[in-house]
Amino acid sequence: MARMTEVNLPGDSPRREGDPAAEPGRARPRQGGHDGRGRVLDHLEQPVEAGATVGHVRCRNPFVVAEDVNVFYGDNHAIKNVTLEISKKEVIALIGPSGCGKSTFLRCLNRMNDTIESARVSGRITLDGQDIYGKELDPVALRARVGMVFQKPNPFPKSIYDNVAYGPRIHGLAADRAELDDIVHTSLERAGLLREVKDRLDEPGTGLSGGQQQRLCIARTIAVNPEVILMDEPCSALDPIATARIEDLMDELTQDYAIVIVTHSMQQAARVSRRVAYFHLGTLVEVDETDRIFTNPQHKLTEDYITGRIG
Amino acid sequence: MQRFELTRHKVEAGLRRRHRSEMRFRIAGMLATAVGILFLGFFFVDLFAKGASAFLQTFVSLDVELSQDVIAPDGKPDLAYADFDGLVHDALRADFPDVRSRSERRDLYRLVSAGASYQLRDIVASNPQLIGTRQTVWVPASSIVDMFVKGHIDPKLDPSVRPLSDAQIRWIRHLQDTGKLERRFNKALFLNGDSREPELAGIRGAVMGSFYMLLVTVALAFPIGVAAAIYLEEFAPRSRWSDLIEVNINNLAAVPSIVFGLLGLAVFINWLAIPRSSPLVGGLVLSLLTLPVIIIASRAAIQAVPPSIREAALALGASKMQMVFQHVLPLALPGMLTGTIIGMSRALGESAPLLMIGMVAFIVDVPQGFTDPATALPVQIYLWADSPERAFAERTSAGIIVLLGFLLLMNLAAVIIRKRMERRW
Repeated sequence: MARMTEVNLPGDSPRREGDPAAEPGRARPRQGGHDGRGRVLDHLEQPVEAGATVGHVRCRNPFVVAEDVNVFYGDNHAIKNVTLEISKKEVIALIGPSGCGKSTFLRCLNRMNDTIESARVSGRITLDGQDIYGKELDPVALRARVGMVFQKPNPFPKSIYDNVAYGPRIHGLAADRAELDDIVHTSLERAGLLREVKDRLDEPGTGLSGGQQQRLCIARTIAVNPEVILMDEPCSALDPIATARIEDLMDELTQDYAIVIVTHSMQQAARVSRRVAYFHLGTLVEVDETDRIFTNPQHKLTEDYITGRIG
Repeated sequence: MQRFELTRHKVEAGLRRRHRSEMRFRIAGMLATAVGILFLGFFFVDLFAKGASAFLQTFVSLDVELSQDVIAPDGKPDLAYADFDGLVHDALRADFPDVRSRSERRDLYRLVSAGASYQLRDIVASNPQLIGTRQTVWVPASSIVDMFVKGHIDPKLDPSVRPLSDAQIRWIRHLQDTGKLERRFNKALFLNGDSREPELAGIRGAVMGSFYMLLVTVALAFPIGVAAAIYLEEFAPRSRWSDLIEVNINNLAAVPSIVFGLLGLAVFINWLAIPRSSPLVGGLVLSLLTLPVIIIASRAAIQAVPPSIREAALALGASKMQMVFQHVLPLALPGMLTGTIIGMSRALGESAPLLMIGMVAFIVDVPQGFTDPATALPVQIYLWADSPERAFAERTSAGIIVLLGFLLLMNLAAVIIRKRMERRW
């Protein structure tokens, strides 16, 4: 983990109350708390009080609102009392060490956790005011408004054209073939893929390179004109050049869609997002603007993660 | 340094032993393969040696006088009661005028098949203008003559144990010399139904019976099997009931097939009153047999579809049904079809379940539909194997060759279908 920033400058960072090591200017030694039985707790085990998210959970013009969301996988309490607001046309990055629940939270937003039998979601998540777990919103319609791009590119074993056209076809977005052609071409162009594939739209989507396949998946997702795009570590399986292309793409897409991206790479989060949310062991620890989080993290755990002590 | 040398030493010491045991294993494998190929080769050589001659049949040429007095004494052809046998006998006597005594004449008439008269009748029926003319007709020789001509009867045997008398052998030789006896392709084997006379016996009835049965089987077992597999894999909630069902289906695939015949007798014939011996009830019984095989193969094919495809479809807003039928099913189809054809191949070769439902019977007429009495190819082979007539021995082998040919075709179809579907995606 590369070091993003130096430790705080003296005097100007408000710290959590009662933090015994809150001395300005000193490098933080490895902290260990004690549990009731006198064992020294490792950083990773240090509990964070539920509900005590630091920073700015709310935002102006919220579009997706998650209130007190808890997710259980069987007995495993994976997401603990998370509250977060996401506004239209912003890119927010969810970061955190492995297993902290960021992907789980992401999957709540388009009800993909429904496919897992042991998963239980409580709390309230609304999309433009509508409860997405309520009876009025069909998950099928929800997923047409909240699209998802997965970690490993997964194009259908069909032609490139059919891959992009699948969503519009099943939702009936095109009245005739000409309109469908239009949608497919527009989506491919916005995903930055059209120039490379325009003479071979009938070839199988699985025949493209990794980066091209991921852009195909993005094109497929935007073909149904969603309002929010969820991206679960979209570049982790790609080389740096393909990654750079997709990050440029995100820059353009953010003009029309809200993007929630889960990423392991803090550099990526710093490059593409406007807000960053840091998860730790299922709790949302801190949410703030990107610049502020990476230069001036307010919570100790955030700082430790960013400077490379955890994760 | 010494540590490395010690390790190297130990590795090299064990190397010879390892190579030797691998060589032993490889030799054992090659030996097993060789034995398998040897047995297979022996089987095929024996089969073709015995059965190849059945594809030829000895025919005798007769100059028949289609006299009007016999066929149409009142002006109109009386095909049902006309003495066509007499016409055949007259033709034979004309060829051998010095045959006088009754017993000798009987022997002479026995040179030719009993079906020759029916052949004449069919000729007259299809072309009544031939009445009154003289025609040269090639009729099948009787099976005993056929066996002699093919060399299966030793002429040097004592006449008391030999099925052909000296006179008959002389006549046969005479017919051969005058070019009135030759071996031709045995069309009757493929065009006729079963018969007590080997020279007239054919597998057409059995083939049609098997065909209708397999049609019923595939029409029932494939849709039900595929639907059951989809339901069990995609929609059924994981519970004790679904586990129980899975165990039972796996066990059903191993149940002896005659049990399905008993079920067919009890339920289909006795309770539902479906006509006995019909391809319909045979197909129903065989579809019960094939269903577990198809379900198991289909489930495996569905499980092999990667979950990433399912997630991608769902994330785009496909409903569960759309995801299953538009993405999972097309990808699982090659495996399902292969399982189906393998199940069909097994069903084609089954005869035990057909025993209980009346298809192991001597049925002469070729079935025309699903409710006519019919028999199946493996059953026909069994009946011929059991028949005393000498000529049925080679026909049994010929029937087996035909059955194997069908099985080969079905498996070839499975391979081709797989290749085609794999290339598409």
